[in-house]
Formats: sequence, structure tokens, C-alpha cells
Amino acid sequence: MDIQKNLDGTKLTIKLIGRLDTQTAPNLEKEFADGLKNVTELIFDLSSLEYISSAGLRVLLMAQNEMDEKGSMKIRGAGELVMEVFDITGFSDVLDIE
Amino acid sequence: MKELTVNADIVNIQPMTSFLEEYLKENGCPDSDILRIDIAVDEILSNICQYAYPNGEKGYMTMKLELIDEGGGVRMFFLDGGIPYDPLKKRDPDVSLSIENRPIGGLGIYIVKKTMDNVFYEYAEGRNCLTVEKSWKS
Repeated sequence: MDIQKNLDGTKLTIKLIGRLDTQTAPNLEKEFADGLKNVTELIFDLSSLEYISSAGLRVLLMAQNEMDEKGSMKIRGAGELVMEVFDITGFSDVLDIE
Repeated sequence: MKELTVNADIVNIQPMTSFLEEYLKENGCPDSDILRIDIAVDEILSNICQYAYPNGEKGYMTMKLELIDEGGGVRMFFLDGGIPYDPLKKRDPDVSLSIENRPIGGLGIYIVKKTMDNVFYEYAEGRNCLTVEKSWKS
């Protein structure tokens, strides 16, 4: 999975390309370790994400919890299969999905 | 029947997935179902890697594949020699609760149950065996 970041002031867009699964989720988690400090608006662009498994959901939830305290988080461009997983797990009710 | 055995390590999920994808492509499984099956396999194998062999013990995981439904579906067997564990006994998570109020664990096997057609568990001859069926022809 590739992670493309674009920081515009305090707005961070993270584009995920490939598969967010057990093996790649730790790479995304590392990005949050110190990367979200001054961010008030976090956007995930999932238009090039092939799929997400529960390991990836866990990392999105971590990001959501962090952003709840200091701003907003949005999900953009989720495809059919990613939405299917969000719907099954109830994440579609919790995440702000555009 | 095709099969592949690897060490139960997270780095080996990817070669298992490639092996499976090649098999599914050869047998005409549509791309959308290949990805759906990949998700299920990630959930199942990551559980084996993380929980089947506690205390740093080294172990294996095996995947066996065969066609069902006159070639319009696949039956997958996932075997390991770790501690007996039936993931289907775990109660389904209450997905209507807000995320903050429920544990994140248990979502993986729940995704498998919801996206695959049939899932069975048995423990025999010292091995866990999870059988998963998915058809792509209706």
C-alpha cells in the first residue's frame, strides 16, 4: 500500500493506494505517531483503496478518536467493497463518509 | 486439491494471498469476489498468526483449496497446529453500538461470516480447521 500525504495549513489529506490489511495497517499507524500534531482537518481519500480488513478499521478508529478531540475527520471516495465492510461493521454510522 | 503451508507469520499472509488469487483467477472467479475472499483470508490468517501459537512458539498454517458448485465456487480449508480455538463460538459484535462503546475485537471473523457463504470449524487430529465456502455463480 502507498500512502500519499498532502498538508495544506492544518488540513491533511491522506490518500491510500492498494490494500489496507494486517500487513499494511501498521505503516498507516506509524504516520499518526507524530504526524497529526497540528492537524485540525483530516481527510482520507480512499478512491484508490482496493479493500480494507479489520486491521485497517482499527487504525481508522484510532485516527477518528484522535481527531474527535481536536477537529474533524472525513472519508472520501470509498468504493463499493470498502463501503460494504463499513456497512457490515457499523463503521458507516460512525465515520463521516462523503 | 491445491495446498500451501507456510510459517504462521504475518509476512506470509501475502504469499498465501497471491497463491489463492492465482487459483481463483484460473478458475474464473470475478475480481470483486477475489478481493472479498482476500479480506476474509486476511482476517483468518492474521488470527492464526497472532493467537494460535502463544508464547513465541513457532508454528505453521496451511491453506487447501478445492472447487465446488461445478467450478463456480471455492472451498478453502485453513489449518494450524496451535491451541484449539473455535472462532465461530465468539459472540457477534453488536454493530449497532457506537464504536466508542464496543470492543474492536471480533470484527474480523464477523466480516468473514457476513461476506462468505458458509463457515465451519472443527478440531481434529491436533489441528484447528476452519472451512470457508464462497460461490460466485448464482
